[in-house]
Amino acid sequence: MKKQNIFSVLVGGAAGDGAREAAANLSRLLTNVGFEVIQTVEYPSLIRGGHNFARVTFSDDKIHSDYEALDILVALNKETVDLHFKELKKDGLVIFDCEKQDKKIINLPLCAYAKEMGAPPILRTAAALGAICWILNLDLEELNKIFKTVFKDKAEANIKLSVKGYENFKNRKITQIKLPKPKKIIRKLVDGNEAFAEGLIKAGLENYFAYPMTPSSSILHFLAGKAHEYKIKVAQPENEIAVINMALGSAYAGKRTATASTGGGFALMLEAMAMAGMEELPIVVADSQRAGTSTGVATRTGQGDLAFVRNLPGEFPQIVLAPGDQEEAYLLGGLSLNLAWQFQTPVVVLLDKLLSENMSACQLDDKKIKIISSKPSKAGKKYQRYEFTDDGISPLAFPGDKDAVVKVCSYEHDEKGYITDSSEITKAMCEKRFAKIKGIVKELAKHEMIKVYGDTKSKNTLVFFGSTKGAILEALKYIKKPVRAVQILCLEPLDTAQLKKILKESNRIIDIENNYTGQLANLIREKTGIEVCKKILRYDSFPFEPLSLADTINKILK
Amino acid sequence: MIDLNTQAKNTWCPGCTNFLILSAFKNVLNELFSTGLNKDNVVMTAGIGCHGKIADYVNINSFISLHGREVATATGIKLANPKLTVVAFAGDGDAYAEGIEHLVHAAKRNSNITLLVHNNQVFGLTTGQVTPTSVKGYKGRSTPFGSVEEPLNPLSVLLSSGATFVARTYAGNLQEMQVIMKKAIQHKGFSVVDILQPCISFKDTREYFKERVCELEKNYPTDKLDMALVEVRSNGDKIPCGIFYQVQKPIFEDSF
Ligand SMILES: Cc1ncc(C[n+]2csc(CCOP(=O)(O)OP(=O)(O)O)c2C)c(N)n1
Ligand code: SF4
Ligand SMILES: [Mg+2]
Repeated sequence: MKKQNIFSVLVGGAAGDGAREAAANLSRLLTNVGFEVIQTVEYPSLIRGGHNFARVTFSDDKIHSDYEALDILVALNKETVDLHFKELKKDGLVIFDCEKQDKKIINLPLCAYAKEMGAPPILRTAAALGAICWILNLDLEELNKIFKTVFKDKAEANIKLSVKGYENFKNRKITQIKLPKPKKIIRKLVDGNEAFAEGLIKAGLENYFAYPMTPSSSILHFLAGKAHEYKIKVAQPENEIAVINMALGSAYAGKRTATASTGGGFALMLEAMAMAGMEELPIVVADSQRAGTSTGVATRTGQGDLAFVRNLPGEFPQIVLAPGDQEEAYLLGGLSLNLAWQFQTPVVVLLDKLLSENMSACQLDDKKIKIISSKPSKAGKKYQRYEFTDDGISPLAFPGDKDAVVKVCSYEHDEKGYITDSSEITKAMCEKRFAKIKGIVKELAKHEMIKVYGDTKSKNTLVFFGSTKGAILEALKYIKKPVRAVQILCLEPLDTAQLKKILKESNRIIDIENNYTGQLANLIREKTGIEVCKKILRYDSFPFEPLSLADTINKILK
Repeated sequence: MIDLNTQAKNTWCPGCTNFLILSAFKNVLNELFSTGLNKDNVVMTAGIGCHGKIADYVNINSFISLHGREVATATGIKLANPKLTVVAFAGDGDAYAEGIEHLVHAAKRNSNITLLVHNNQVFGLTTGQVTPTSVKGYKGRSTPFGSVEEPLNPLSVLLSSGATFVARTYAGNLQEMQVIMKKAIQHKGFSVVDILQPCISFKDTREYFKERVCELEKNYPTDKLDMALVEVRSNGDKIPCGIFYQVQKPIFEDSF
């Protein structure tokens, strides 16, 4: 493998120091000049104090994950130096507000600059970004453009401070890092939640209800900010039970609706999600998983909800999708809303902290998402909400449609929607709902729901779902034996035939998951009867790191 | 007159006072239709309980939701399509136990929907257990030695939460019930009517209420919150019925 140029910058400080925002601006700058960029954030569940950091990894070539080894460490407090100094590369350097230069630590009077300018201390990060522009030989004008878009009329102070930082380093002739020429591809820096929300919008989202719960909250924030632009109604009701029930009222009234939460909030929605299955109401519910069980580790990542979300109460055809990166979050956001409406059923999208909050420079292809509606109804006096059809899908009418009486019902019901306990109708209605599976499978086949990467002919197979994709694809660069990686994007209904075919050709199957029990491995065994030979499981609240993951895999394949 | 009957077989106990609520609602709908309301634009939501079956007995759009969630469902429908007239039917177990959080917030939010509570002071459908409005000492299958909790005063809770239309009526007085139901539906904002509804199988309060229910005084002012809070709590020989409180406030859906 040819050596890839990979660079990392970490900005760290106390919560409230603006480390994350500063890193995001650096990421935007690097994206705009054409680099591949991945940004991860780590922060405790605190508003002030506590250690916060964001790491920006970039390259001229494709990267799937960020890297720990640092070229530049921006320390907004001493703790950051103490915690991250060891992560510096051989000629890595630290930017820190201290008295004097000391080997790797280059002093920069951030606070004094902010004070001189009469700016609040949080703006001091702008001077550090200016200094980084010198080191990376990036055009300061590009950074200032970003300040103008992000801070609008408040950009002035940031711009002045960035010049201060830049000039300081320039005058001291601080060593510069030579970057490769980026490919000039136009990309957009988005996190997974934003990409998912953009996908929903592209697929015609009209109403969004949610109750805040990290790491799903930024979907709510993003959509609330876009509400006027896209004419979306966004509301925050009293709890998740209200959320899902309002959302289903909204879907019944004919509006394309979605919501999101994390495990705990999702659990509160279960009863109503089963009702959505029974009443055949279209809805998208995302579960952005956090680490651990229950309240768990609120701001960290995990994949502990797979078994849970695919086992809603009762029986109806369930759809569970799991994107692995921002571009997939966008596409599956759109697909989920379309599937919900085509098949009049709830669709679950599994995200997690890592995917929800990581940013990457993406190309979101809006030509790939079209709005697909439900089977229209001619309505009229004879309308029957649950009319039996060959494909199990009844024409959909809404309250307000002329002469149609639209009755939906959480009890078992007849074609008109009246309560029934007739065993014949109960059986027929159950079969009607499950008849939709055929169409669902056919529709899913139009999209790539099982992806194979690496040496596709290899008999060594890694299997995974969701956000572990980044670390795994990056690890492929360092695995010595030929190996392929198989990603499952649609977990329900699983394409058992295709998966079986792929796995049967394998001698060694290694399952990689961010949980304790290996829920994907269990799913694979349940559906295909195939047992994986090895599981690599991480459940300490952190995502996999590509180099150490490659190490582990190399040892297994040796 | 539009025929609002349906093909569904009615499964309420013969003589149940829910039949009176059903008649009243159908009459009120026809009155509203005759003055311009379009039947296509009316939706009823219902919880789970004896009351909830009412949705099967009226030939209009309906959404039988979950136990306690009919108000949240109604709020979502109204927000999605503010042209619709949305009426939620609930039971006392349904609205005042399982889903009371939604009432408090619906009142605070002031969505333009109506909530009609069939308050029979028992869980009817699940065979007569105690509810939040059951009298202290109520003996049901889950409280064979008598309930130990004081009953809740739901209208007091709703007034305190900011409801803009708060009323009580007695299912036994069909005419008055219709008048109040109609005014509640016509009210712009969150309106709630607590309907005293004797359950003849598990808690037959027909005699009790017949002797005690009375109308609010003719010149009772409906815009005084303090007065309403006192009046809804009076509970002795006389149980006042009528509109305790009605004011105008900005409506939730209008802000989108
Ligand atoms: C979540 C949930 N818990 C419990 C039940 C069982 N359940 C059905 S009806 C009912 C009580 C109904 O009482 P009320 O709301 O007062 O209605 P009524 O039958 O008296 O009209 C209960 C507890 C349910 N359907 N859903
Ligand atoms: S149990 Fe009570 S409330 Fe239910 S139908 Fe019978 S009489 Fe009416
Ligand atoms: Mg009751």
